[in-house]
Amino acid sequence: MHDVEALFEDMRGAIPAGPVKIKEAADSGKKVVGCYCAYTPFEVIRAAGAVPVSLCSTSDKPIAAGEEHLPRNLCPLIKSSYGFALTDTCPYFHFCDLVIGETTCDGKKKMYELLDRLRPTHVMQLPQTYFGADALNVWRAEIERLARRLEAELGVTITEDGLRREIKKRNEERRVMQDFYELSKPDPPLLSGRELHLVNEFFKVSFGDARAMDTIRELETKLRENWEAGERRVPAGRRRIVVTGCPTGKSLEKVFDAIEENGGVIVAFENCGGLKPNYEPADETLPPYEALAVKYLGIPCSCMSPNTKRLDLLETLAGEYKADGVVDIILQACHTYSVESFLVRERLTGGKRSVPYIPVETDYSQSDTEQLSTRMGAFMEMIA
Amino acid sequence: MLVRFEGALSPNCVGVDIGSTAAKAVVLGGDGSILYKAVVPTGWSSAGAAEALRENMEREGIDVSKARVVATGYGRVSVPYAAKTVTEISCHAQGALRLFGRDGTVVDIGGQDTKVISLSKGKVADFLMNDKCAAGTGRFLEVMANTLAVELPELFALAERGGGAAISSMCTVFAESEVIGLIGGGRAKEDIAFAVCESIVARVTALCGKQGGGREFFLTGGLCESEYLRGRLSESLRAPVFTDPLARWAGALGAAVLAGVFLS
Ligand code: SF4
Ligand code: SF4
Repeated sequence: MHDVEALFEDMRGAIPAGPVKIKEAADSGKKVVGCYCAYTPFEVIRAAGAVPVSLCSTSDKPIAAGEEHLPRNLCPLIKSSYGFALTDTCPYFHFCDLVIGETTCDGKKKMYELLDRLRPTHVMQLPQTYFGADALNVWRAEIERLARRLEAELGVTITEDGLRREIKKRNEERRVMQDFYELSKPDPPLLSGRELHLVNEFFKVSFGDARAMDTIRELETKLRENWEAGERRVPAGRRRIVVTGCPTGKSLEKVFDAIEENGGVIVAFENCGGLKPNYEPADETLPPYEALAVKYLGIPCSCMSPNTKRLDLLETLAGEYKADGVVDIILQACHTYSVESFLVRERLTGGKRSVPYIPVETDYSQSDTEQLSTRMGAFMEMIA
Repeated sequence: MLVRFEGALSPNCVGVDIGSTAAKAVVLGGDGSILYKAVVPTGWSSAGAAEALRENMEREGIDVSKARVVATGYGRVSVPYAAKTVTEISCHAQGALRLFGRDGTVVDIGGQDTKVISLSKGKVADFLMNDKCAAGTGRFLEVMANTLAVELPELFALAERGGGAAISSMCTVFAESEVIGLIGGGRAKEDIAFAVCESIVARVTALCGKQGGGREFFLTGGLCESEYLRGRLSESLRAPVFTDPLARWAGALGAAVLAGVFLS
């Protein structure tokens, strides 16, 4: 039997060590570009020789500071992102030369107008639909506009070869994650949702490092071999849960715990931070800008209208992962996911195989852990 | 308060419901009848309330160590003599099924939260709890009654004679200042009490609306004893709302029923 705990421990340690890596990169003259959202095409930033980093956005701490400029009844993700920047407490933000934003939801795009005063912020004009050639053309032009801005800002040239190389590399990273997600398909799954979340977070701080991807591969192999040797990390009989909704993050671990401490096990995170941004690769046979436009515009985020692709994806995932239930995490004041919840419920519970569904509204504070436990406990009892 | 029931005390099923304000126990006999029930204030300690209930039961000759015990309520983890914990959603559902004997929508207006549970084929099909907010809960009414310097039963009696006024805010803190505003503006106490009750009725109706209407409602929890509130809810929901003298015990009763199911 392999010792996988040591690997999990390494991953746990890599998360707080992330900022050090970025500081070293910055010190050695590398440019750092901050990102907030799954729509940001990492490949373009990497082809410009810079490191794309995910900026901090999921802690309660800087929210009070963020509220000095932003209204209180705004989604905590937006307030947290801005608060981190305002208080200069996100180490990644501290080192970044440029920030990329997208016109996703209203709160975010207006926040970026303020953020621009703290650090140059390039906002990509994201179409609100993934249907039709017009939207695709707009998005491709936007990706090209981003490339021009990066070239000007960083004093580099982005070549087609460079883009192709980075697309290939990012696809390989996506493949590593996709393969890893397969581990949750058997019953019981090969690892818990908390462990799966850890791997997702580790992926976030891998910064394109091939060794980090090797670590994920190694963990995958070892978990498989242990499973074959009879190890069961997750006891049988747990309710299999697919999590969906707003992006995951540290402050939402309270929801994952409420699920897993009450008889459930998370088998997939559909959210950003999980499967959603990575389940589709970019088409390597297309011209690079087109490949990127198709890939990124196709992300089924609730800011798209209509967002039928997310409903299809959830239905597929519920089937593939044999879900006993779906938990939809909705951050307070997130209108897009909140409204879409109606359609998600309708699709999941109204299909051939009715999948029980529960939305949970929450924020980044830890004051509702009791309620969450009751709510998730009751959901597990309901689907038992 | 102790409510005594006559009957033989044999191996029993016990449900213990540690709520935010009151802790309750219901003991079922071998034939499923209610042998005994007790309520104590939860106070500051769930464990203390659980112990007080145990002492009450022992005093009545119920051997708790031999009984099958299920604990529920927000303090359910603090009942050392319980063999199993079950959430209040499942317990209220079971309690309501036992009391009303059919499918419907259970509305439990509790001290800290309000739950809406729809029952289908004798099982929980869906449920909702109000989020992180006292509006639409017993606590809201208590705060408002306090502001008006009356007890809850009097608040309902006043409301019945009032009308006209309205509170627009959903938030307890703002609603309280609206009430103070109404008092300052010289509105009759009756009208203000009416506005307070309407506000909770609207809130609960909104919560029920999310689950789809067109069915029977069963009112459980602390406020089910108000005939006025039941009537207003029924009008607002445009559906029959039933209650039962034992409905405020629904959680503990359901836990006792589940003790029989799970622990036999
Ligand atoms: S949920 Fe939508 S807006 Fe948020 S990170 Fe994902 S793609 Fe971006
Ligand atoms: S969670 Fe919702 S409101 Fe918040 S940034 Fe994402 S889409 Fe916008």
